[in-house]
Amino acid sequence: MKSIITVVGTDRVGIIAKVCNYLAEANVNILDISQTIVSGYFNMMMIVDISNSIKSFEDMVEGLEKIGEEIGVVIKMQHEDIFNCMHRI
Amino acid sequence: MLSIMEIQETNNMISESNLDVRTITMGISLMDCADSDIDRFNEKIYKKITTYAKDLVKVGDELSKQFGIPVVNKRISVTPISIAAAGCETDSYVSIAKTLDRAAKDVGVNFIGGFSALVQKGFTKADKILIESIPEALDVTERVCSSVNVGTSRNGINMDAVKRMGEIIVETAERTKDRDCIGCAKLVVFCNAVEDNPFMAGAFHGVGEADCVINVGVSGPGVVKTALENVKDTDFETLCETVKRTAFKITRVGQIVAQEASKRLNVPFGIIDLSLAPTPAVGDSIAEIFQVMGLEQAGAPGTTAALAILNDNVKKGGVMASSYVGGLSGAFIPVSEDHGMIEAVEMGALTLEKLEAMTCVCSVGLDMIAIPGDTKATTISGIIADESAIGMVNNKTTAVRIIPVIGKGVGESVEFGGLLGYAPIMPVNTYSCDAFINRGGRIPAPIHSFKN
Repeated sequence: MKSIITVVGTDRVGIIAKVCNYLAEANVNILDISQTIVSGYFNMMMIVDISNSIKSFEDMVEGLEKIGEEIGVVIKMQHEDIFNCMHRI
Repeated sequence: MLSIMEIQETNNMISESNLDVRTITMGISLMDCADSDIDRFNEKIYKKITTYAKDLVKVGDELSKQFGIPVVNKRISVTPISIAAAGCETDSYVSIAKTLDRAAKDVGVNFIGGFSALVQKGFTKADKILIESIPEALDVTERVCSSVNVGTSRNGINMDAVKRMGEIIVETAERTKDRDCIGCAKLVVFCNAVEDNPFMAGAFHGVGEADCVINVGVSGPGVVKTALENVKDTDFETLCETVKRTAFKITRVGQIVAQEASKRLNVPFGIIDLSLAPTPAVGDSIAEIFQVMGLEQAGAPGTTAALAILNDNVKKGGVMASSYVGGLSGAFIPVSEDHGMIEAVEMGALTLEKLEAMTCVCSVGLDMIAIPGDTKATTISGIIADESAIGMVNNKTTAVRIIPVIGKGVGESVEFGGLLGYAPIMPVNTYSCDAFINRGGRIPAPIHSFKN
């Protein structure tokens, strides 16, 4: 199952590292990463495969939210279908 | 592959424009609970509701986490009690309302709809018992919602019911006057009520429905407003296209949530109700959409046209996005639940008469309107008759959810709290309609009902 992780907030050192470490520990494979910085704001999107994850979806949503709070950014993980249904017919 | 812009667009709709799934409503038939003994009937309905809906709240919360979108309400609608309980040998259905309330609390839903009767052409004994039970039922329960259908385009209007409902509204207000007459906020009088509406207070599970279904109501006035802000000085073609595209996107989200909810609960998917339902939050208002469309305040000349455009294009965009569209589908115009409407009333820009005109082109009718507590029952019946006539002649659903605030008058306001918001008390035309309402009988079906 594919999910989308988004990170939005003030740019700083180590955001991607933190998120990637967490995902590696959960055995989640990263399929694609893209990022932009708009007027100092860091915007990252990651497409991940959570089929072999050792953590439940809910736990990961909470775990990533917590990391976000620690480093002062907003991290969300959502099932890719919400984006596919809205933007693809 | 999805682009970062698309992901951002969706997430901005959720985080900044209040896009949400307003309600997942489980419709449950109580037809197989019929029993001549009311205690046994109560036992059966409690068991059926709490069994079928035991995972409703859990699944709603799971879906909210999985898709990252709020699922605001989880609700239940049941077969109109005047039909399901018609076999009970009793003279009051208040104990049934209490059972529904207990079942709602035990499964964790915030409203349960269906304390209802369909009397467009006449009353059965059970319809009469139900209607007489409404004031006490809404007084002693918290989560039960009641509705009565008094007319249809096919059958005309039952004016005896219109008369009695004016009195019932006043009695309900009296009984709950220590709680700002909250009972009336849970009571709707309909013309052309729909059987698969997931929104409260008017939801009930129609007799033509399956044993159990999942209906979903999506909402997003804020998303439409934000989209229209980007096309401010364009012509009507662009305006309409923008509403359509936005409605499509909003409805797609409802569709995916509904499908997933239906799968997880192992209950068939009924319909998506693609309504724009405001909340008291700033940015989640229909009146604000009017302002972006170019009106100084809701109620200004042009408001009815603006609402017609909005209502029509929400439907046009939404029907393509879902396999089954139903319910009320359109724009709601409640007063107390929309801070922009409240402001317009307080400034004198929006009157009851203008609201009535707007109900000709919106999805429902006069909704969450506070009126002076000394308003006569016949005057309320007159308002119901007017609204029903609009529905009957125009083949649309209309409704009246009006709150006479006992002990208060024009210039004062009333606080309902939560999603129900607060409302300034609006003046009502005080010229009498007593002799008209007291005639009794029914208004025959309109000429355009003869289609066979």
